[in-house]
Amino acid sequence: MSENVTVLTEATFDATVSGSAEPVVVDFWAEWCGPCKMVAPILDEIAVEQAGKVKIAKLNVDENPSIARRYGVMSIPTMLVFEGGEVTKSIVGAKPKAALMAELGL
Amino acid sequence: MSASVHDVIILGSGPAGLTAAIYAARAALEPVVLEGEPSSTGDQPGGQLMLTTEVENYPGFPEGIMGPELMMNFKAQAERFGAKTETVKASKVDFGERPFKIWVSGSDPDGDPTYQAKTVIVSTGAEAIMLGLPRETELTGHGVSTCATCDGFFFRDHDIAVIGGGDSAIEEATFLTKFASSVTIIHRRDELRASKIMQDRAFANPKIRFLWDTEVRELKGEQSLEGLVVENNKTGERSDLAVTGMFVAIGHRPNTDLFKGQLAMKDNGYLITEHPSSRTNVEGVFACGDVQDDTYRQAITAAGSGCTAAIDAERFLEEHDQS
Repeated sequence: MSENVTVLTEATFDATVSGSAEPVVVDFWAEWCGPCKMVAPILDEIAVEQAGKVKIAKLNVDENPSIARRYGVMSIPTMLVFEGGEVTKSIVGAKPKAALMAELGL
Repeated sequence: MSASVHDVIILGSGPAGLTAAIYAARAALEPVVLEGEPSSTGDQPGGQLMLTTEVENYPGFPEGIMGPELMMNFKAQAERFGAKTETVKASKVDFGERPFKIWVSGSDPDGDPTYQAKTVIVSTGAEAIMLGLPRETELTGHGVSTCATCDGFFFRDHDIAVIGGGDSAIEEATFLTKFASSVTIIHRRDELRASKIMQDRAFANPKIRFLWDTEVRELKGEQSLEGLVVENNKTGERSDLAVTGMFVAIGHRPNTDLFKGQLAMKDNGYLITEHPSSRTNVEGVFACGDVQDDTYRQAITAAGSGCTAAIDAERFLEEHDQS
């Protein structure tokens, strides 16, 4: 995983998504999820290529179930975009890089 | 035109495509696998097994193996012998003359082809069919799931439904009882198509109940799924079923739209091959795996046919490639 990707936990989640100047894309994932494994390298690339424009973060739903529950995540991968601490977009399911970039407006 | 003409291009990266890649790579054909693009349906790198849980019937794994892990192993084995994998999906093919031409998503379909190849192995597989009901797409990810492995976790202590009566439906239902408080299997017939061992396991599971001769008519819920309207197809009687999750496993359709008008296919869209070989109606194009198998559709039969296709491609190149 790229060092440009921030690993979130229940302890760091709120501060990170509300304290960021750029939009934060949080990838809700888990070890057992095949499609999540396909999306991870794409988000790694986006984190590097779009550094400064968007922050990419990951949240393991198995280890941090309360955050997933708070946002009604019922399927992974789900990518939520936070701006000023509020969810402004929800992307459900694995997608090709071009489609993800388009959804993120990049 | 793109400079190099590859010996073998493989479309798809499930058990068939990656087995073909292992054999073609070991035959020094330097295969390029266009593995597909990420999605949460079966049409993605690694194929349908990326969405499955425990695979118990693939020989060599006496304790079973998780589907995604098995496919990672396939890929690592193919790459070990020099197969190249590209995370792209073919968007257009021209099998009219050799070398065959392939364009990938994002490229200009009227421009130069992205790849040219002396032989092509088609292993684009099949993907799960959804019910096609109103709001099914909107509720996907909000109670409607295409991936029991991925999403079962979110239904701890929920009442959920699985639609279908084949092996994948019963396997998903059994897996989901690890989380859910109850799993209702809704099947349009009065008996299961699933294998005996899967049936016995489901009938013995106290969390599983069955609604026979029943079809889903409506999905209820605004933000997320709250229930189903089901209809008994013998009596016509409708009733509500309060569930917060629905997993659909009613069958598959082959990913062959790309080849319409170029490769011979049956009425149901599956490619026609000259059994026992993997030859299609176009010389130099071979097909393997679920894309040409509407009967067996197992990981092991797909892998076996992938091996056949690689050997067929190798022999074809020996006979035709004098350059």
